Amino acid sequence: MAELLFWPALLAYGEAAVAYAGDARHPGSMGRLATWGVRVGWLVQTALLIAQAARADGFPWDTWAGSLNLFVWLVVGAYLIWGCRPRFRLLGLVVMPLAALLLAVSYAAGGVAASGKSGYSTLFLVLHVGLLLAGFAGLTLAAALAGLYLWQERQLKRRSASLLRFRAPSLVTLDSLVARTVAFSLPVLTLGMAAGFARLRHGSELDPLIGLTVFTWAVYGAFLVLRFGVGWRGRRGAYVVIGGFALLIALQLSLQTGHFA
Amino acid sequence: MSLVLVGTSHRLAPVEVRERIALDLEGAADLARRLADGGEAVCLSTCNRTEIYIAHSDPKQAEGRAGAALAEGEIELYRLRDEAAALHLFRVAAGLDSHVPGEGEILGQVREAYEAGSCGPMLDRLFRQALHAGKKVRTETAIGESPASISSAAAALAQQVFGDLDACRVLLIGAGEVSELTARSLAARGASIAAVTSRTKGRAEELAGRFGGRAIPFDQISEELARADVVVSSTSAPGYVLVADRIPDRKGRPLFVIDLAVPRDVEPAVAELDACYLYDIDDLQAVVSESLSGRWREAARAESIVAHEAGKFHDWQASLDVVPAIASLRERAESIRSGELAKAEGRLEGLSESERRTVESLTTQIVNKLLHVPIVRLKEAAATEGVGYVEVARHLFGLGEEERAAQDRKPRQ
Repeated sequence: MAELLFWPALLAYGEAAVAYAGDARHPGSMGRLATWGVRVGWLVQTALLIAQAARADGFPWDTWAGSLNLFVWLVVGAYLIWGCRPRFRLLGLVVMPLAALLLAVSYAAGGVAASGKSGYSTLFLVLHVGLLLAGFAGLTLAAALAGLYLWQERQLKRRSASLLRFRAPSLVTLDSLVARTVAFSLPVLTLGMAAGFARLRHGSELDPLIGLTVFTWAVYGAFLVLRFGVGWRGRRGAYVVIGGFALLIALQLSLQTGHFA
Repeated sequence: MSLVLVGTSHRLAPVEVRERIALDLEGAADLARRLADGGEAVCLSTCNRTEIYIAHSDPKQAEGRAGAALAEGEIELYRLRDEAAALHLFRVAAGLDSHVPGEGEILGQVREAYEAGSCGPMLDRLFRQALHAGKKVRTETAIGESPASISSAAAALAQQVFGDLDACRVLLIGAGEVSELTARSLAARGASIAAVTSRTKGRAEELAGRFGGRAIPFDQISEELARADVVVSSTSAPGYVLVADRIPDRKGRPLFVIDLAVPRDVEPAVAELDACYLYDIDDLQAVVSESLSGRWREAARAESIVAHEAGKFHDWQASLDVVPAIASLRERAESIRSGELAKAEGRLEGLSESERRTVESLTTQIVNKLLHVPIVRLKEAAATEGVGYVEVARHLFGLGEEERAAQDRKPRQ
């Protein structure tokens, strides 16, 4: 059942990605088609996750590939908050191809299939993995917003004549959204990390993944201090958020090394 | 009932001709009342066009009267009928016949003309559908979104930086006409004109007063530069008025600088400062050219929306001709059915009440089934083939012949 739902979800995300590309070439032409692709794809993937949860004995996304599946769902869900608005369609050009690609990778690595019984309790996995992935999803979206900010800032600096064609959100709106998204996602990430630390036994070794997670957390924490404490805005902040996202990718890839082994 | 359009526009007549026949709203309403003459009339008069729309049973006569009202012979007029006239109005309402495609003012002018006109069923439907088409074009395409002038391009770019301009402070350097136009565009989008500085103190005070700002001497602009979000510079100074060194560190807070002067007022190095965005007159002109070409691209999509809406009006207009024919056909069939039943009354006397109802129902069903296909085909053909098809149907079924015969007999009685 879950495998059957994978293909329509991937198809809808793929359609959305193509439609966003078409809309970027001719603004206004395929925007609605893209938005519906995102909505339909997300609903089908929700059904896929429910089917996985119903079939699994415990937390079904404790593998790297499974967590990627859940991560894609969380990213697209977070994007849907803004993505339906015409001015944020450009963001879909970044988010949806990434979502389609990661979902395909998750499928290829067995993230849609049933998972075996984990040695960890379901409650711990829901809190630790679920909250960490929700935080990652928010920070991924913040990185996409920061990317859109930098692209538009560059267009303004270069005095591009075609800037108004794209009907993107304003620089100030993007800057504020980046900061708010990080401010919302970092506490979620912190709670997920706290759940992980709470389960560490006395004397157990900290693996490199934990160290990398703490470093990533510190980068985003520094961003918030600089943004709201020192008043850093604009380009510098956007670079920090994108740097933090590079660390997130490294984290996701490191999960493959068997953090839960 | 036919639809007639007689008029002229910027495509046919220069402004010195158009101004001779331009009417204010009251004049347009008065002319429409005079021309309606038992029919319907609307007069649309704007700076680009004066057009008269008439719905009348005698289109030739209506055309003549409208032409005479617009001083025919002295000026060149266009005349369109039915489908072409409707399509023209739909294009006008959508801004596709304007100087700048997608121009927004025309939709309001069409609405005013409609409200002031002498409308009946046909013009009421025509103008309501034209207004609907105009709105649809503006919501489903981006034809009216991009700026069409330097001042509106500057304001649109400011919005691209700040989004909502309600909290934006604008500093005007120079108080000439160009500055004023840009200030007006920015103020219309919610920005507040906080300060004006100019070599001529009186002019600065006058302009500042008009926008609710204050006039400041030029040597005090540093303080205002720290607080401003948008700077508009348009002086006739021979050198740079605003140099990079004068702009304080803004900690990433954006500053949008619009340099409308030639020679330029703002040192190009300002563009290199963090979060400072500088557009000069050439940059803004490029934005306008790009957006105009964008409007033309959107116009192609708008044309298909307008054609679709005009098609719907055409179908409705065609149905006006076919409805009486269908009613006559049904009436005729029903009179034959009830007449034949009346003739057979003697033979049906022995039937019970329920058997009578069965005969009634059976004959009605036969008539309905026989008429179903011809009526459906008649409706379809009226939309595609026009009124001629309806005339053929009238001839084949002998519709209206009795009324005509009765009218022919009248003079002899």
